[in-house]
Amino acid sequence: MIRNGIAIDDTFAEAFGMTAARLIVTAINPRWARIAGETMTGFATSVIGCGAEAGIESALAPEATPDGRPGVSVLLFAVSGKELEKQVERRVGQCVLTCPSTACFSGMEGEKPVPLGKNLRYFGDGFQIAKRIGGRRYWRVPVMDGEFLCEEVTARTSAVGGGNFLVLARGLPQALAACEQAVLAIRRLPRVLLPFPGGIARSGSKVGSKYKALMASTNDAYCPTLRGLVHSSLSEDVGAVLEIVINGLTEADVREATRVGIESICALGAASGVLRISAGNYGGKLGQYHFHLREILADQA
Amino acid sequence: MTSLTLELTAPPMPRIDLSALTPDRLAGRSADAIRRLPLWVGNEEATLGDLFTVTAGDTDDILIRCDSDRLDGIGTGMSRGAIRVEGRAGAYLGRQQRGGTISVSGDTGPFAGSGMTGGGIEIGGNAGDFLGAAIPGERRGMRGGRIQVRGNAGDRIGDHQRRGLILIGGDAGDYCGSRLVAGTIVVLGRTGANLGFAMRRGTLLLTSQPRLPPTFNPNGTQEPGFLALLTRDLAGLGGPFGQLQARGTRVHRWLGDLGYGGQGEVLVWA
Repeated sequence: MIRNGIAIDDTFAEAFGMTAARLIVTAINPRWARIAGETMTGFATSVIGCGAEAGIESALAPEATPDGRPGVSVLLFAVSGKELEKQVERRVGQCVLTCPSTACFSGMEGEKPVPLGKNLRYFGDGFQIAKRIGGRRYWRVPVMDGEFLCEEVTARTSAVGGGNFLVLARGLPQALAACEQAVLAIRRLPRVLLPFPGGIARSGSKVGSKYKALMASTNDAYCPTLRGLVHSSLSEDVGAVLEIVINGLTEADVREATRVGIESICALGAASGVLRISAGNYGGKLGQYHFHLREILADQA
Repeated sequence: MTSLTLELTAPPMPRIDLSALTPDRLAGRSADAIRRLPLWVGNEEATLGDLFTVTAGDTDDILIRCDSDRLDGIGTGMSRGAIRVEGRAGAYLGRQQRGGTISVSGDTGPFAGSGMTGGGIEIGGNAGDFLGAAIPGERRGMRGGRIQVRGNAGDRIGDHQRRGLILIGGDAGDYCGSRLVAGTIVVLGRTGANLGFAMRRGTLLLTSQPRLPPTFNPNGTQEPGFLALLTRDLAGLGGPFGQLQARGTRVHRWLGDLGYGGQGEVLVWA
């Protein structure tokens, strides 16, 4: 399959079930809302080392937030509910509670609760005040700039993590420019998150390693410097490969994001230096969700 | 489907306990069965049909027409549906109400919403004393839900209130929010003496400067964020309570009652 001069591999991305929560962080102005959001989603690229994969889903206008101030909506993904609870509490406690002027609200309805202000309230040392407004419970924790207003609980939902596609290009600048385009397009979509730096990962991995302690190691088949040494998936003209990893609240969200991302790269055409689009999988045995690139691209057709 | 309508034929001399007439307890009963329900008039047993003209209809939507303040306990313990009173209501309106809505076009007697845990009460006229308060012998008053009063309310509003929201469009009597344990009381008119006496926690939100007991300390001017949530939540209500967003969140704040921990707050819109 060739789209606008760019080859689409007949392969699939393999994704996993995760659990996710959405928070709404508001602040005195958009700048501080973004600072709080970026801080609480820092060091959250991969559950392997960070405990959570998190990022800002979108900026919110004052009309779209519970307290009528500018805000951001933040998505957090983790492998289990328990881990998600831990990560939400730590990240909100260390990064939102501490950030000037912020307030934190649940951004999701659901049956499975995740404590938010429920435990953070104890920072108030007995001076915290609960308020039930419109069926929801909020905590007012006295802090040095006034009060930290925080909803008692948020909810979590089952989600999909690890959808991906690989961009194979003549060189690094071409791969990067194409991926940046895809990231811009995907970040316009709701309910999806690109957890890696700037939305792009360069260190795609395979399962296993020659070292016993490591669960995963570099994806040697796609490393240009190993071409000729290992069983490489790269032809002579490929100079660099970058990966876009996509987490979404539902399978359909990841599917749509994959399509939008690949379409935006294909729109650039072969002149952009992009040669092929592929995807990462583990033989289809590990993940519950498979995203076949050619099927996804046929969605629109 | 039309409402089940009960129209009082003649004002009774003794007080009548109407606590049996809730959507929960009338569900599935025919109009005839409802007419035969026993009611005590003083020390004599009568039937509902002796006092009321009953028009069959939806038992989840009960309309009571009466111009008497002697019908007590309307909506006691109800958990769903609606009761509308065209006229006045007696004491203990919506006592221990758990859900559903009660609306009264006129005035109500004392202890309206006492011990309620959910649902809503709307009073078009004035409310008597002890609105949302605990009755003697009970440790807690209102524990949830929302009471709206368009007119004035009497003394001891929210006495021992534990949770929930009371909105007063007019003036409040003395000892408003006395012994308040938690919850919110909003008064748009004036307030009487000893506001917040012995309150432990909770919020009294006012539009005019109250006369506070000496056991309240000024806290200065604050902009609590929860006010934005509260006024936004109330924006759906008609009348004066729906307009509170325009007042903003800037308030003068007092803390008290310091004789009882001082965790309560009195907020007056600046």
